[in-house]
Amino acid sequence: MKQMTYAEAIRDGMRVEMHKDPNVYLQGEDVAQFGGCFGVTAGLYDEFGPTRVMNTPISEAVIVGSAVGAALAGLRPIAEIMFVDFMGCCMDELFNQAAKLRYMNGGKCKVPIVVRTPCGAGMGAAAQHSQCVESWFTHIPGVKTVMPSTPADAKGLMIAAIRDDNPVMYIEHKQLLPVPGDVPEGEYVVPLGKADIKRDGSDITIVAWSWMIQKALAAAEELAAKGINVEILDPRTLVPFDKDALLKSVAKTGKLLIVHEEVKTSGFGGEIAALVCEEGFDYLDAPIKRVTAPDTPIPFAPILEGAFIPSAEKIIKAVESMF
Amino acid sequence: MDLKKEQLLDMYKKMVTIRAFESKAVELFAAGQIPGFVHLYLGEEAIATGVCASLETKDYIASTHRGHGHLIAKGGDTKIMMAELFGRATGYCKGKGGSMHIADVNLGILGANGIVGAGMPLATGAAFACKYKKTDAVAVAFFGDGASDRATFHESLNLASTWKLPIVFLCENNGWAISNSQENHQNITDISDRASGYGIPGVSVDGNDVVAVYEAAGAAIDRARKGDGPTLVECKSWRWRGHFEGDPGAYKDPKDQADWLLKDPIPRLEKNLLKLKYATQAELDTIKAAADAEIEAAVKFAQASPQPDPSELLTDVYAD
Ligand SMILES: Cc1ncc(C[n+]2csc(CCOP(=O)(O)OP(=O)(O)O)c2C)c(N)n1
Ligand SMILES: [Mg+2]
Repeated sequence: MKQMTYAEAIRDGMRVEMHKDPNVYLQGEDVAQFGGCFGVTAGLYDEFGPTRVMNTPISEAVIVGSAVGAALAGLRPIAEIMFVDFMGCCMDELFNQAAKLRYMNGGKCKVPIVVRTPCGAGMGAAAQHSQCVESWFTHIPGVKTVMPSTPADAKGLMIAAIRDDNPVMYIEHKQLLPVPGDVPEGEYVVPLGKADIKRDGSDITIVAWSWMIQKALAAAEELAAKGINVEILDPRTLVPFDKDALLKSVAKTGKLLIVHEEVKTSGFGGEIAALVCEEGFDYLDAPIKRVTAPDTPIPFAPILEGAFIPSAEKIIKAVESMF
Repeated sequence: MDLKKEQLLDMYKKMVTIRAFESKAVELFAAGQIPGFVHLYLGEEAIATGVCASLETKDYIASTHRGHGHLIAKGGDTKIMMAELFGRATGYCKGKGGSMHIADVNLGILGANGIVGAGMPLATGAAFACKYKKTDAVAVAFFGDGASDRATFHESLNLASTWKLPIVFLCENNGWAISNSQENHQNITDISDRASGYGIPGVSVDGNDVVAVYEAAGAAIDRARKGDGPTLVECKSWRWRGHFEGDPGAYKDPKDQADWLLKDPIPRLEKNLLKLKYATQAELDTIKAAADAEIEAAVKFAQASPQPDPSELLTDVYAD
């Protein structure tokens, strides 16, 4: 075990695979000497050199599109998109190209790319630099979506994402980048599709991911003092989704609260709720609830942005309303 | 040069106002008084000033993430601007936009955009609307050297040239796209060369010479107004600061930085004004002092302004 931040853990995952597999390379805006807008790729240029760590122009379509082509030609690219908000500039390359080429070609090719990109509010970056939009990606058959919440998960999921033969959206949360934690050394793999219980409990299941795990954990501490014992389930990857782990937890607690930073309408929480209604309805002894961002763009003023982000207080209130 | 005394003095006033606003923003950001991303226009004041001198309120501009200078040059009120930087209810965007989205839509500004290169299609559409409605208004799309690598640049130039729209593509080549120098992100020196691929005129000018900018942009704006179609104008300059406040800009060669600081567009215009005897040094100092005082007042206004009401979170999502 080694103490490192979430950002360092992401980097460590990339390093391990870049040492092991010469076909892995990294490209994106300012990822080389500058180390990326948030410092996640710092040092990789010095370690692997200019043929494997490359700055690109501001050309999102070709950052992702060329990764798809290189993958078809045998490489395993990691493409960084500086903010998940900029995925709008390269959605065709993801959803019509990366996601469909294998299927359209009768399963005769594969597209092993990782698109790394940071998400999330909380830094006053306003409407075009703060979003969580994971359900854009979960809605694309053929793409996997990874959202780590801890440094160890960040590393283990990065290695799994690079090794996966499919296009993977690897979404990092800006607020988590400086968060430290214990991370296993070497080839530590967290398989895609395996949820993790971040807190054991018996009275209610909260399913959350990414930054919202921290909010849920804070809420759970306060709720414990009030005699409510919360279980927190972190799916870690939304596609594939660990249905069994969720159903098992809901069977135990009988209650489900879903927390996400995405806006409510068509957020992934709706999918989870539908799944439990279809396959775990009998376990429920209260209606499922959601705590999410409201259906608005993200405002700049800290006072408004604070009201936008799901908080521990909102989670506590929602949980209490279910008893 | 057919610039009258008042015009040139007005440009001087605009440039020193932008300088004062941006210099204050440096201080305020360092003091933790303005949150979020703040991209400053220091060193590039001559570009927006020289371009907007030929525009009227009815004309459109698309601004960028580095948009304070565009707004001041188009006639923005520095009090309302400062309030926006502070995220106050009295700001141009009611505190919902901040520095990166600062704009006065009533001045014909199509927004300051956080998505690099996103302004060019919008300006192309505004130019189409001007032509469609047969007004004689034009659109100017401001964008950086980095933005000229986006698909939106190429698609916009192609459409606007094919449809002969009244638009000027105004490239602010400040040498950098974050940490990427121009030579690291494109294989050309003059971005205006790209015009030939679309069959339109392309010119490059010294972006630190407000008169040169005025003349080149003015000619392109006239051409657009007359119905002769788009022009690509490249103004070469230098970003004095880091990409945003908080970026020390360690990737810059200190010698390049020092050389460019010597090309400061403001003393250059001062020299010109003094030579033409359009003003005395004392008069110029008075204009500068007035700009500083205006910005001090803007800060006071912003600090005294109320925070947005939390209920504002839910408003303005849809038009009623
Ligand atoms: C589509 C998109 N890609 C990347 C970014 C991140 N970004 C913000 S400003 C910038 C550099 C822009 O360079 P340039 O167009 O030259 O403008 P300058 O900042 O130099 O004024 C980048 C890469 C963004 N905001 N939008
Ligand atoms: Mg630039």
